[in-house]
Amino acid sequence: MTTQAPPEVRPPFWRDERIIGWISQLVTLGVIVGVLYFLWHNMVTELRVQRDTTFTYRWINFEAGFDISESLIDYDRARTYGRAIVVGILNTLQVAVLGIVLATVIGVVMGVLRQSTNYLVRGLATAYVEIFRNIPLVILLIFWYQAIFLKLPRLKEAILLPGPIFISIRGVAVPWGTPTDSWGSFLLSVLIGLALAVGLGMYLKALRDRTGRRIEITLICAGAWLVWSAASWFVLPQPLTLTQPYLDGLRVSGGHVFSPEFMSVLSAISIYTSAYVAENVRGGIMAVARGQYEASESLGLTRLQAMRLVILPQALRVIIPPMVSIYLGLTKNSSLAVAIGYPDFFHTTAITTLNQTGRAIEIFLLLMGVYLLFSLITSLILNYYNRRVQLVER
Amino acid sequence: MAAATQTLASTPASRRTLGWIRDNLFGSALDAGLTGLVLAALVLVANPFFTWVTETAEWPVIRANLTLMAKGRYPIEFVWRIWIVVGMCGLLAGLLFSIFGSWRSRPSLVTTVLPLALMAVPIISNEARMALAAVFLAVVAGQVAGVFGPERAMQRAVLWYLVLLWPLAIVVLRGFGDTGPFQLVPTRHWGGLLLSVLLSASGIIISYPLGILLALGRRSSLPILKTLCVIYIEFIRGVPLISLLFMSVTMLQLFLPAGFPQIEGIIRVGVAITLFSAAYVAENVRGGLQSIPAGQYEATWALGLNKAKAMTFVILPQALKAVIPVTIGQFISLFKDTTLVALVGITDLFGIGRAVLGNPDWLGKHREVFFFIGAVFWVMNYTLSYGSRKLEQALNTDNPGRD
Repeated sequence: MTTQAPPEVRPPFWRDERIIGWISQLVTLGVIVGVLYFLWHNMVTELRVQRDTTFTYRWINFEAGFDISESLIDYDRARTYGRAIVVGILNTLQVAVLGIVLATVIGVVMGVLRQSTNYLVRGLATAYVEIFRNIPLVILLIFWYQAIFLKLPRLKEAILLPGPIFISIRGVAVPWGTPTDSWGSFLLSVLIGLALAVGLGMYLKALRDRTGRRIEITLICAGAWLVWSAASWFVLPQPLTLTQPYLDGLRVSGGHVFSPEFMSVLSAISIYTSAYVAENVRGGIMAVARGQYEASESLGLTRLQAMRLVILPQALRVIIPPMVSIYLGLTKNSSLAVAIGYPDFFHTTAITTLNQTGRAIEIFLLLMGVYLLFSLITSLILNYYNRRVQLVER
Repeated sequence: MAAATQTLASTPASRRTLGWIRDNLFGSALDAGLTGLVLAALVLVANPFFTWVTETAEWPVIRANLTLMAKGRYPIEFVWRIWIVVGMCGLLAGLLFSIFGSWRSRPSLVTTVLPLALMAVPIISNEARMALAAVFLAVVAGQVAGVFGPERAMQRAVLWYLVLLWPLAIVVLRGFGDTGPFQLVPTRHWGGLLLSVLLSASGIIISYPLGILLALGRRSSLPILKTLCVIYIEFIRGVPLISLLFMSVTMLQLFLPAGFPQIEGIIRVGVAITLFSAAYVAENVRGGLQSIPAGQYEATWALGLNKAKAMTFVILPQALKAVIPVTIGQFISLFKDTTLVALVGITDLFGIGRAVLGNPDWLGKHREVFFFIGAVFWVMNYTLSYGSRKLEQALNTDNPGRD
């Protein structure tokens, strides 16, 4: 016996969920827009009264008039505010990239050591992680800066390491390479080598899929790229010339001087973040079931092969997503460099430029925008990686 | 039958001390080498460190500034009000342990004995010792009340007390009026450890419900609400806290109508910290909500509960319980992040440390001061994370299975 679907009964509109939903949304939106307008109106009136100015970014092209203690590109006080801001961004990226590399290396080592069979080693790694996860980063940073780097000897009595490397209160002076005319061609050649290596990798992958032979793609491509880069280094005339630091009166000439501010920020941030990386790595290793180790052993794989082919890929799937947010956290934490005067992006923009121009609203919008850009790029990378390695479930 | 004639073997070698040393420190040649290396490194590092702590370091700077670091410029004649607040927290702790846990458990006993143990610390004043004794009595009173009081009534009383404690504490600390024992102590005189703890506690207490609302809003099917919540959460999570603090301190007054009274610095900073923390709590709660199986939602529909009741009585309790460890981790992070307020001129524990170093009497004592402050933070954070692990274990044992 067939039955018809019962006729749809709509409750009266004051109880109809959909209508209530829409009305409440519109009301909320109206309230929020109203509040935002109220705040914006207050701000604009205040600004007009206080500074007699409107919202504009024209000041970016005005002359900056202040020095920045260290910069990766040419900068002096006659340059624009815009350039000062770019210098800040480059400084932040410098600390962030180096910090990420250092933190990852130290963190992975500590995370693996925490699983060691040796009690002392395990205890030491645990103590390291527990110490640095429980103190605030600012305190670690200021401690490194004032209690260590600022207590180094004066330049005349600098610690001398073979190199020559001078360690003093002025910073760490190391031999450095200065680019010559052929530096550009060298970089270009390295990039071409990278493209060739990627192409080689794609060819090898197709070859492996077709014939089923075991080909170590990553090793071969990486090796090929290295050989190409080395070859281009020797073929081109001297892309870098080595300059060595030497004491020149009251300062150090030649080479490159890493300032104590830079060294403090880098060491504090790397050590602090490495504790989180270690915890993350340990979580990833522990997430791989014991059965995997035993299964790979029963298949006849050596420990090394088991690690590379079975354990690590599964561990990485668990490790990488939180790792990306740890890296993002590191980039944001680099803004704490303001506590010791390292001219990172936050310092040059929100402190110095703000003091000079007084344009709080525009500057903070710019500040937020750049940090949100970092955040967005990181999220995109994370989502891309997640989609690639996600377990496809029903 | 052969088993009946077996004699009891003595403890196998691997369980006794020598056996343990052999297995865990010298298990293989590599292990033995590592043990030697680590011991050598420890001696190399520990020796100068201990020499520094016991001989070279000049500790009078800490002793002289202990009260300053503990409470900032809070007037000394009203310090008893701070102790009242500490006592109220002790009472709450005693009640919570005895009603929702066991008063005999180790964390409970440690909390009860702690004020007594602190009395033995040599550098504190005698008034502080008396106050600590009073706090101990408060904790004991809480335990006793929880053990002997009627259970349902006590549970309700404790929950009400939990909700009212923070506003009450603020009222006691701040005071009102110009004269009398409870006169006004403006917030700009609060500082030191008092301020650090207060800022974090306020941040946690206000941002938790806010974060839950944001998480629910983000999961709602109403598009405008969802977009607003997403924008807020992603915006706040993308920027560093220091920028929010700077923004709040320099610009908050601009957004208020002209003639509005100047908002105190601590409140501006508190607002920034709360808004910051709410976004992270929202993400944690969202993770918890996602882990609830669909069957729970369907069961609430089958029972005829509307959305609000379903959320309050079925979904949220499970979701919040699932993310307790992550949330406590977030709160520990918040406590560490409150040190940033020193960079905008608020004198919390870290800020007082920097101020002390600016005093010409204590020039150059950076290592001592920052080591002490770092140690204080470390002890408090480690205790919190230890408590979180114990709480997680306790909660896991009452949850034998899901669904």
